[in-house]
Amino acid sequence: MKAFARLLERLAFTPARNAKLTILSHYFQTTPDPDRGYALAALTGMLDLRQVSPSLLKRLASERVDEQLFRLSYDFVGDLAETIALIWPTETQVSTEVSLSQAVTLLRETGKLALPGVIAELLDRLTPPERLALLKLATGNLRIGVSVRLARAALAMGTPRGSEEIEEIWHGQTAPFLPLFTWLAGGPSPAAATAPFRPVMLATPITPEELTSLDPTEHIAEWKWDGIRVQAVAEGGVRKLYTRAGEEISAAFPDIIETMTFEGAVDGELLVRRGAETAPFADLQKRLGRKAVSRAMLQSHPAALMLYDILTWNGEDLRALPLSIRRSRLEAAQFDSPRIELSPLLPFKTWEELTEIRAAPHSPVIEGVMIKRLDTPYIAGRPRGPWFKWKRDPMVIDAVLLYAQSGHGKRSGFYSDFTFGLWEGEELIPVGKAYFGFTDEELRELDRFVCKNTVQRFGPVRQLAPKLVVEVAFEGLNVSQRHRSGIAMRFPRISRIRTDKPATEADRLETLRAML
Amino acid sequence: MTLRAEDVIYPTEAGLYCAPGDFYVDPLRPVSRALITHGHSDHARPGHAAVMATRETLDIMAIRYGEEFASSRQIAEGPVRIGGVTVSFHPAGHVLGSSQILIAPDRGPRILISGDYCRTPNPVCQPWEPVACDIFITEATFGLPIFRHPNPMTEAGRVIASMEEFPGRPHLIGAYALGKAQRVIALARAAGHHGPIAIHGALKRLCDYHVERGIDLGSLVSASDPGEAQLMLAPPSAFASPWVQRFRDPVLAYASGWMTVRAQARRRGIELPLVISDHVDWPQLTATIRELAPQEVWITHGAEEGLMRWCELEGIPSRPLRLIGYEDEAE
Repeated sequence: MKAFARLLERLAFTPARNAKLTILSHYFQTTPDPDRGYALAALTGMLDLRQVSPSLLKRLASERVDEQLFRLSYDFVGDLAETIALIWPTETQVSTEVSLSQAVTLLRETGKLALPGVIAELLDRLTPPERLALLKLATGNLRIGVSVRLARAALAMGTPRGSEEIEEIWHGQTAPFLPLFTWLAGGPSPAAATAPFRPVMLATPITPEELTSLDPTEHIAEWKWDGIRVQAVAEGGVRKLYTRAGEEISAAFPDIIETMTFEGAVDGELLVRRGAETAPFADLQKRLGRKAVSRAMLQSHPAALMLYDILTWNGEDLRALPLSIRRSRLEAAQFDSPRIELSPLLPFKTWEELTEIRAAPHSPVIEGVMIKRLDTPYIAGRPRGPWFKWKRDPMVIDAVLLYAQSGHGKRSGFYSDFTFGLWEGEELIPVGKAYFGFTDEELRELDRFVCKNTVQRFGPVRQLAPKLVVEVAFEGLNVSQRHRSGIAMRFPRISRIRTDKPATEADRLETLRAML
Repeated sequence: MTLRAEDVIYPTEAGLYCAPGDFYVDPLRPVSRALITHGHSDHARPGHAAVMATRETLDIMAIRYGEEFASSRQIAEGPVRIGGVTVSFHPAGHVLGSSQILIAPDRGPRILISGDYCRTPNPVCQPWEPVACDIFITEATFGLPIFRHPNPMTEAGRVIASMEEFPGRPHLIGAYALGKAQRVIALARAAGHHGPIAIHGALKRLCDYHVERGIDLGSLVSASDPGEAQLMLAPPSAFASPWVQRFRDPVLAYASGWMTVRAQARRRGIELPLVISDHVDWPQLTATIRELAPQEVWITHGAEEGLMRWCELEGIPSRPLRLIGYEDEAE
């Protein structure tokens, strides 16, 4: 448990992706089975444990610690599991280590009534960092920002396998992942799962200038839908819906699963569609991240698939075929549901024609166009070339910088996290935060501005004299109750520093509202 | 006539005042006569007429405030009669030169002022010494049961492990100039780091002074020209300044008892929190009170509510002095 506790602690304080990868891969390389497999499951949310409630933990603590001292400590620490981990009295340090797999087994197999006693006994045997790791596991609340994708990239490091290969065999593997680790070390392939996820092919951005060097007759174009990329797999009687990262979301979309009466794996966009009308992304968001979905939600927010590729069909793997053939196989395939449609091909002969089409989408929920080369197979990952996304131009607004906070990693010591606002009457209302979009040179310029124009400090946050106007680009707006402005921006970034513009001429909140 | 403790010493706006001796201990404002426990700037302030402290504390004050920091200076050596009381200085184990001060009236309770103190062995200063007393006036910086400082060698080991894991990244440890910086250097040496260690300019004079006093810190170079040094020390305030921008992708570490609590590390953007403290933690604080078994505990500053609750549960009378102005420079 010591190594796992140290791992969680390092990950919790390490913001940079590369450093996280290093820490994870060292852990996987130096930790024995089955502990590393349980750690992998815990990090990627694949460990199914009996959840311990905060009230049970509070009760356990109250049996060991004076209530008033506990309250004072909790007020200072601000996190229940952490307070208990730190305050739990230990008489003497027990020498035998509790392994992660022992802890997991205990949490898994202990009945509800015996659970408090088992947890107290474990806490007695652990050091404070281990206690925190145990309590975070038991409350199902690791919160350390490790995605499945990141974990897989770390697993691949220093092994003969690539992370796409791992993605291919990932499904069907469960804790403690013994066959997976054997295979990573050069052993035989683990047994294939039924209806597995297949790594997806991704597009790279392109500019109009770059487009001119391509031959339009060798490419097709489709709308870029503003939903989420999914893979729908129905094979051998098993139906699964995956995100493009390979996370299974079947439970949240029973309406889609029901329509998957085919035998194969198809690639497309998940949308909320009411009749022929595609709903905004915010509607789809309401359906995401749920373990179950209510009947009312299924009625009011019906999901649909807009397909654009086909990976397997009736047992045949089509991925090695060129897109031209795959597209005709997709058009020939039978789907028995009005909730499954094919993403139409856009009619164009020249890039000028496509430019016009892109400028006038039939629906506001189109994010731009996708351009795909006809002669290439389905290649996992993000190869530069065969697939491009040509996004619609972002919306922009001129806002005033209000607050700054310093960044992490290579931006340590630089003010790189900015809050900006728009005018409402005589007041500037914060409307969003941006962390990127600027060049390194602009970052230094912004940093100098922050250092010279701080009017007040709140811990790590600096309030700035409202002087500097920045152009903020963003991809869309949602109504939000959580923001004072009533609006949440999608993907905001600082696209230009407008030293030419006085703060009084920055945009007004009404302007942003009108863009909704 | 026997004096009551509250007639011998009491808090005033200028700080703790001993009436029969007519002096202040660690005064917060300039006074005519000051006894100073240790050289941290919140305890040892400039501008007093007469100052009595250990030789090291007087030296440190001279380094910080110039040779003329007080018109009269007296090195504390053995018990000294001041007015109607006898005072003596005893090692506190906090930083180089740090002391507890015992005030003994001819008739009346013996009063021990702990200053800041620590009982974990520290290679850069003399160890804390138990002093029998009736009234124990203690700090309570870490006066909550969540504070249990790990073995500092374990923390030094974490720095070494991180440097091995990220050989290309400079490791910057935030540590206060007096005491903490030298202790961290000594710990890194003990953990097997023998290469040069780079130090921020603000640490130089005090590091030099420790070396003069016979404390081996190994090879130190300037952080403006670190050469091959992978380990650097700087005062924590440097992390929020453009100074830090010269380092590419640094690992920011911070050596402090506050690093026990994650939110404290996160608030400062620290990647490698190191729980290394020059103060007593909760087990040491409570063990000290049990060991000295005073009739009363008075608390100068820190988490007084927690310690008062503990005293209440133990049946020891306690009271807060609520002295404002002692920050946690050493932490």
